[in-house]
Amino acid sequence: MNTINTPGARMAVRGIHKRFGAFTALDDVSLDVAAGELVCLLGPSGCGKTTLLRCIAGLERQDRGQLFIGDRDVSLLPPQARDYGILFQSYALFPNLSVEANIAYGLAGLSREETRKRVGDMLELVGLLGSERKFPGQLSGGQQQRVALARALAPAPSLLLLDEPMSALDARVREHLCTELRQLQRQLGITTLMVTHNQDEAMLMADRIAVMNNGQVEQYASAQEIYDKPATPFVAEFVGQGNWLPFQRSSDSHARVGGMDMRLAPDASRAHSGRLFCRPEAISVNPTVHEENLFPARVREITFLGNRCRMSFEFNQFPGHALLAEVAPESMPRLGSPDIWVALPPRSLQVFA
Amino acid sequence: MSLPVANAKVPTQSFSGALGDRLFVVGGKLLLLAFLCVAVLMPLLAIFWRGFTPVAGGGWMAAKELLASDNFHWLLGNSLKVSFSVAGIVVPVAYLFAYALQRTLIPGKAVWRGISLLPLLAPSMLPGIALVYLFGNQGWLRGLVADNIYGFWGIVLGEAIYTFPHALMILLSALSLADARLFDAASSMGASPWRAYRSITWPATRQAVFAAFCLVFTLTITDFGVPVVVGGDYQVLALEAYKAVVGQQQFGRGALIGMVLLLPALLSFAVDAWLRRRHGEAMSGRAQVFRPAPSRLRDGCYLALVLLVCAALLLVVGMAVYSSLVKFWPYNLSLSLVHYRFDTTAGGGWLAYSNSVKMALGTALIGSAVIFTGAYLMEKTQGLRRLNLLLRLLSFVPMAVPGLVLGLGYVFFFNLGGNPLHLFYGTMTLLVVCTIAHYMTTAQMTATTALRQLDGEFEAAALSLKAPLYRHYLRVTVPICLPALLDIIRYLFVSAMTTVSAAIFLYSPDTILAAVAVLNMDDAGNVGGAAAMSTLILLTSAAMSVLLAWASRGLLRRSQAWRQGAPGH
Repeated sequence: MNTINTPGARMAVRGIHKRFGAFTALDDVSLDVAAGELVCLLGPSGCGKTTLLRCIAGLERQDRGQLFIGDRDVSLLPPQARDYGILFQSYALFPNLSVEANIAYGLAGLSREETRKRVGDMLELVGLLGSERKFPGQLSGGQQQRVALARALAPAPSLLLLDEPMSALDARVREHLCTELRQLQRQLGITTLMVTHNQDEAMLMADRIAVMNNGQVEQYASAQEIYDKPATPFVAEFVGQGNWLPFQRSSDSHARVGGMDMRLAPDASRAHSGRLFCRPEAISVNPTVHEENLFPARVREITFLGNRCRMSFEFNQFPGHALLAEVAPESMPRLGSPDIWVALPPRSLQVFA
Repeated sequence: MSLPVANAKVPTQSFSGALGDRLFVVGGKLLLLAFLCVAVLMPLLAIFWRGFTPVAGGGWMAAKELLASDNFHWLLGNSLKVSFSVAGIVVPVAYLFAYALQRTLIPGKAVWRGISLLPLLAPSMLPGIALVYLFGNQGWLRGLVADNIYGFWGIVLGEAIYTFPHALMILLSALSLADARLFDAASSMGASPWRAYRSITWPATRQAVFAAFCLVFTLTITDFGVPVVVGGDYQVLALEAYKAVVGQQQFGRGALIGMVLLLPALLSFAVDAWLRRRHGEAMSGRAQVFRPAPSRLRDGCYLALVLLVCAALLLVVGMAVYSSLVKFWPYNLSLSLVHYRFDTTAGGGWLAYSNSVKMALGTALIGSAVIFTGAYLMEKTQGLRRLNLLLRLLSFVPMAVPGLVLGLGYVFFFNLGGNPLHLFYGTMTLLVVCTIAHYMTTAQMTATTALRQLDGEFEAAALSLKAPLYRHYLRVTVPICLPALLDIIRYLFVSAMTTVSAAIFLYSPDTILAAVAVLNMDDAGNVGGAAAMSTLILLTSAAMSVLLAWASRGLLRRSQAWRQGAPGH
């Protein structure tokens, strides 16, 4: 048995600029996607992620820069000549054509028999065999998404573009479909670029995430690296939650925060002043063993979230500055009084100038 | 898991398709531009050129003389008086009528709506002819009017009936949208219905009232169909322009009056566009449909008004039909088809009728294809930003140009010495081109509205699938928009059947049209023949409308499977 796909091609974006009037949508963006990789473009609305996708698709023309799919320079080619499949946010299924005709839309030069076989294979791939004669309007949102995916994959493109594919779907089916889509992508080995503003989706699916802001890529790395070692304050802020503490450097190894002297990791940035960043779950509350950077604090509010508790507190030596910590519910009983001890391990403190 | 299919790349459309697309998009837009230039822009420029060239009553001196003459002041005064009176009568009545259809619970709404739109199906002479039979010297209801009907009141009544459905359509659509939440909020704050009307309905519809007023005013001041039939000695500007060009070959004078008649249309068009921009979108996407609460008193009053208006319209249309069947008014009231024996009378007869049908079919089919494809290219394809803007601008011009003025422009442009297009003058081709140009803006707005309801990513999806755009257009866009397309065909057909304003200047003996024949027969004193021809036009327009409505309904039923809850539509 042969496989349904051609192996994915690598894709590269080199120094793309795009302006709309006075607004700079893309500012010198470069990106490499390896063959078979799934990369997410993540960012708030207006960050340029959709513009980048549309430039790659040839639906917008960049002002400067180059685009490569495989070894081909497609920078100036029209969309028809670029060899990609795309899944739109709205799916853009043609309502007057049956599922079968939609999937066969991009297939030309095949005999009637071959076309039918190809459509059947695609429907089997997305688990919708038997829906050939239905119209898109008669399918659920999730089924429509699969048909749109089958249509995009039917001509066996070497690159798949996904534009906010999950945003039209119910929150309940979203996670399931994410996993499914990811499995399918792995199995086909097709190079995929996905645009999303939802960090959960990006973390769930991507090999690598490109976090974008103001038309630039702020960080391009694996989900874990982006979470643990955000390259810029924006990434730290945008992905997950965190606490910010203004500091002045007091010595080579310490920083002054309010009335406290906090020890920093030896490899931390040498910045003279700035902000320290710390994830809520890295904070330990009333530790049972001795930890560094242990300071007295006062609880302001506790919110029960099921599998964890979110606690808002302030340091006694830095009053008025609220911080968040996340603790397991089972450690809550130890919080008898509002007066607690909180430790910020040096490893968890990231320094931004 | 491995899947069963060829290892090699599945063949897809070659990208020579890109070249075909470019031809389709760029070529289509350039063709449209050429059409708009020849059919709209050049004729308009020709009017100005003619008006300011000092021959045949044109030029600066003649213009000054014309504007200073007592005769002109009299004509202008008459035209303004008539137009303001008609607009002052029609707009309030049409507003109440539209309100009755959209915001009350009167029974039989579909019937009333159908009756109210009847005058659209006949040329503007028909109300005039009916008025002659009703209130003329030998009229059926002659005793009801002090003097005879010829003159000011004849024109006002005739124009009122002719323009009523035009105003009604604007007001119907303005009153069709209402957000129930606003009315709930108003009544929860204790506002009376009148206060709710003043603070919700009126602000949302006053712009449409203004637009309707302008439309009625412009239609009236540029129409000569009614004045020519019931005007008597009461002369108006439009008739004067017609007589100057057709009767006296005073092209320059015709052009000058044409320019004067262009002014109110241009002015109202500009003010309307300005108001529209200021107004913005009143309805949000989350609006809830307003359903009027039952009220016996209110519904009773509105029903009485609706019945009165419909009775008047039916009386007028019915009188025209009836008079066409009467053997010899008022002496022999037995019914016969003698007036329909057009071959025995002068004025064009059956040739005119068959020409009209041919012209209307040509206009409807070619016009809808040109206009819809043009709208598609403007809406759904990118690039050529400046050209797009120019096309949009030019295709809005016909809206502001009365048919009479456009027709004058055609006379001047196509008779220009050395114009190679002169050989089209007097041909069916030119009549079709002129009619398409005259009615294109409304048709294009219908097309644009339908196209904007389609998912904006359809074209991008088709391109990513390497499907040629023209194929996508024919296979997806046209089938989805077919109901709107049929609506455009109907509109163009009916308009072409009934138009006289532009065509009157452009026909030759071989290409005489039915509506022109009505005018000629009436002019020759054959009012019975004119009534018969008007009736024939009315019946043809009605038959085509019914046929297309039936086709549209059948189509919707057949495509119900995918139209229900179809995504992106």
